[in-house]
Amino acid sequence: MISVENLSKQYGATTVVDGVSMVIERNSITVIVGTSGSGKSTLLRMINRLIEPTRGRVLIDGHDTTGEPAHLLRRRIGYAIQGHGLFPHRTVAENIATVPRLLGWDEARIRARVEELLLVFQLDPGAYAGAFPHQLSGGQQQRVGVARALAAEPAVLLMDEPFGALDPIIRAKAQDDLLDIQRRFGTTIVLVTHDMDEAFRLGDHVAVMSHGRLLQYDRPAVLLTRPADPFVSRMTGVSDRAMRLLSLTTAGEAALPGVSEGPAVAAAASLREVLSELLWRGADSAVVMDADGTRRGYLTIAAILERGRPG
Amino acid sequence: MSVRTALTVPRLRRLDPLGALLAGAGAVAAVFLPFVVLKSNRIVPGDPRGLLDALPAWGALGCQAVLICAAIAALGVSNARVRLGAALLGVAAVALAVAAAGDALTPAGNKVVRVAPGAGFWVLLMCLGLMATDAVTRMRPGPGLRVLFLALSIVVAGLALAHGTFDHLSVMREYAVNADRFAREARQHVWLALGSLAAAVLVALPIGILCHRVPRLRSGVLGTLNVIQTIPAIALFGILMVPLAALAAAVPLAAALGIRGIGAAPAAVALFLYSLLPIAANTVAGLKRVPRAAVEAARGMGMTSWQILTGIELILALPVILTGIRIVLVQNIGMVTVAALIGGGGLGTFVFQGIGQTAIDLVLLGAIPIVALAFSAAVVLDALAEVLDRARQ
Amino acid sequence: MPGMAAILRLAALALLLGFLLMPQSFAPLFTPLTQYGAPPIYDQGNLLTLALAHLGVVCCAAAASTLVAVGLGILVTRPSGAQFLPLSRTLVNIGQTFPPVAVLAVTVPLVGFGEKPTLIALFAYGLLPIFENTIVGLQTCPPQVLEAASGMGMSARQRLLSVELPLALPLILEGIRLSLVINVGTATIGSTVAAKGLGEVIIAGLLSNNNAFILQGGLVTGLMAILLYDALAGLERRICRTAHLE
Repeated sequence: MISVENLSKQYGATTVVDGVSMVIERNSITVIVGTSGSGKSTLLRMINRLIEPTRGRVLIDGHDTTGEPAHLLRRRIGYAIQGHGLFPHRTVAENIATVPRLLGWDEARIRARVEELLLVFQLDPGAYAGAFPHQLSGGQQQRVGVARALAAEPAVLLMDEPFGALDPIIRAKAQDDLLDIQRRFGTTIVLVTHDMDEAFRLGDHVAVMSHGRLLQYDRPAVLLTRPADPFVSRMTGVSDRAMRLLSLTTAGEAALPGVSEGPAVAAAASLREVLSELLWRGADSAVVMDADGTRRGYLTIAAILERGRPG
Repeated sequence: MSVRTALTVPRLRRLDPLGALLAGAGAVAAVFLPFVVLKSNRIVPGDPRGLLDALPAWGALGCQAVLICAAIAALGVSNARVRLGAALLGVAAVALAVAAAGDALTPAGNKVVRVAPGAGFWVLLMCLGLMATDAVTRMRPGPGLRVLFLALSIVVAGLALAHGTFDHLSVMREYAVNADRFAREARQHVWLALGSLAAAVLVALPIGILCHRVPRLRSGVLGTLNVIQTIPAIALFGILMVPLAALAAAVPLAAALGIRGIGAAPAAVALFLYSLLPIAANTVAGLKRVPRAAVEAARGMGMTSWQILTGIELILALPVILTGIRIVLVQNIGMVTVAALIGGGGLGTFVFQGIGQTAIDLVLLGAIPIVALAFSAAVVLDALAEVLDRARQ
Repeated sequence: MPGMAAILRLAALALLLGFLLMPQSFAPLFTPLTQYGAPPIYDQGNLLTLALAHLGVVCCAAAASTLVAVGLGILVTRPSGAQFLPLSRTLVNIGQTFPPVAVLAVTVPLVGFGEKPTLIALFAYGLLPIFENTIVGLQTCPPQVLEAASGMGMSARQRLLSVELPLALPLILEGIRLSLVINVGTATIGSTVAAKGLGEVIIAGLLSNNNAFILQGGLVTGLMAILLYDALAGLERRICRTAHLE
């Protein structure tokens, strides 16, 4: 659990982050979203003390982060940034091994961990361990960047626009991978982005920032249905907020018990996708199937529309 | 908040680290090293004299007072103007002190006794010079101001020399003996440096443009010029003596024009050859820096290739080309010195004669003007390049 | 083309070594340049010894310049030393504006004749390229890479040693190469103040009007400079390749 208490950062007369307090739950993904200059990156960088706060403090599992030298703190916290920041003069394996080496792990353990991570990130260790960053594609570089951040099994992973440099298709894949990784390792992830779709797709909780202040910090559905501020509703988008709301629920969660006619849809698909499928096919109802092929239940257009209304 | 600020007692500021170093070195030099050296003639080793032994009491005390003020400014004053003022006052004080020591220690009418500035003087001058340099760098003066500052320094130094302030110092004694030759060799020095530069600009500029337009030529041409640069200056001077001697022997007109194997001709040719690479390479680099869009737009508006070159590309490349010219000029001023070894004249004549006779005063008579020339050239051309670069943006 | 370059390189090296080890076998080539039966090959000292002494002085000076210039470059690119950047730059520039002959001339009375004045002159003259390249190399490290290094918990020292310096290495090496090559030529003037080196051969030629000596000294120095330039450029390319920079 990360507690941010009344955190502020001032440069001279300008206040970049202004009295932000928030509690980030363990084993969840929290997305901080805002326009450029909103202070979101500064807030993130104060958590691992790349920037020292002017006022306020950060507690990780109850311990004040100023209780140890900043560089030792950072070795316990994963950090991934836009454009990956891989060391161009080191191989993929050496890049991933950076923090374990700093922590003095023995070589056998490092080798095992590097191999494990490469497999998790769908990179064949035989082909990629000895490769240099410039020999990889953009998506692969980004995956190595995240693998490197996770190498020392940090409980907390901070990510600053990690997918900003990727094209839309690779980005969607990277986002799915991140959700898988989070489930697998149970890492507490704090991610900064300016992309609201990304925030809704990834975040268990979303924090909206503007001009250094935290405007609202809640579950995505609450942000849509009860925005605390005109800026928040502008950020979340008025014109397609019903569709956004539908995209937050999966067919499996909304499935009604019973049997019905109609095309089969996956339980993992969002209601938005199911609605689109039904409209396209001209059908009224769909059968919800689990990944293993068993029936979960059914959905009708009316039932889906019901979920697209606030309250 | 305001109450707290008002109540805060001003703490002693941290000592300036560079100032501490300079003040320390200066103090050691002032106390332990000889300020001047008194020699019974121009070649024998001399008798070291401290500041107090060399000057009347009031003069020594005055000089020391100014130096202590400069040291205090170096240690604790952060205002760059004050630091510069203090450093310049210090320079004036040690210069006047060394001149006064020359007057005081030279028996009236004696032309053999030499009073030379000692290690203490040189170290003090270096410390004060560094302090002034540091202050000027902190003030970040514009190009105009830098040239003005240089001009003022030249005027002050010129007035002091014309007035005869330093006439009793050993270097000026050497000058008095060699005054006619000095003027001639100085002219020759400047002439060789500038003449070879001008010729090199005329040749290297077209070479650079050609290399830019025809990339195939680039590595070959620049590589060849690079090889020329690796030949040591003395050797190139020497090697050129052979063909030029042959030319003079074979073509009477060449001999009539003053071309011969020994003397200024091989030096001029060698300097010209050395100058080609920096100018050509910088022309290529400068032209490469010209935005493609500007050239495309000019072509789109119907300018001819020649109009684009003279009206756009060369204008935009000028600051980089000028940087090349600055490198060449400073390099040439230094290298002309070596020309003295093959009878090419220039201020190097005094340097090598001095080394040969172990007469350090004669060495300094050549070396000090060479250094002053090189610095002045660097300051002026740097300023010019900066002005052009600013105008460009 | 690379085959051609390798052949040229080997030929130059063979020529240099052949001349230094068996100078007398080149005598017929140089005889036409001499007059009145003067010796065609330098006979007042061993050419190989002189070449090695020459190289020794140049390398010592380059080592000192490298140590000071890289150290200074590192200092002024740290936040704590940034205030010294303008002054250091000015001083290093002055080092190259001061003509080496003038440095020789004024240091002789302080340290005496011999190798020392040459070392000082070459040291001061060679600082600039190394210093400037060190600074450019350190300042142009990709900011994301530095950010990632700090973000992962490297201390300032670890970041400097394992990220910044390796990334700046090719540029630093280039600076050392430029400095070395300038100084191989410049070192010949050291012989005017009795430093051992190839300048001795050239000056002997100038004094005795023996063109063969002048040409020998010049050619050996030039060949050494070119081979050194070429070898260091090769080393840089190799480091870039193995480190996969650019």
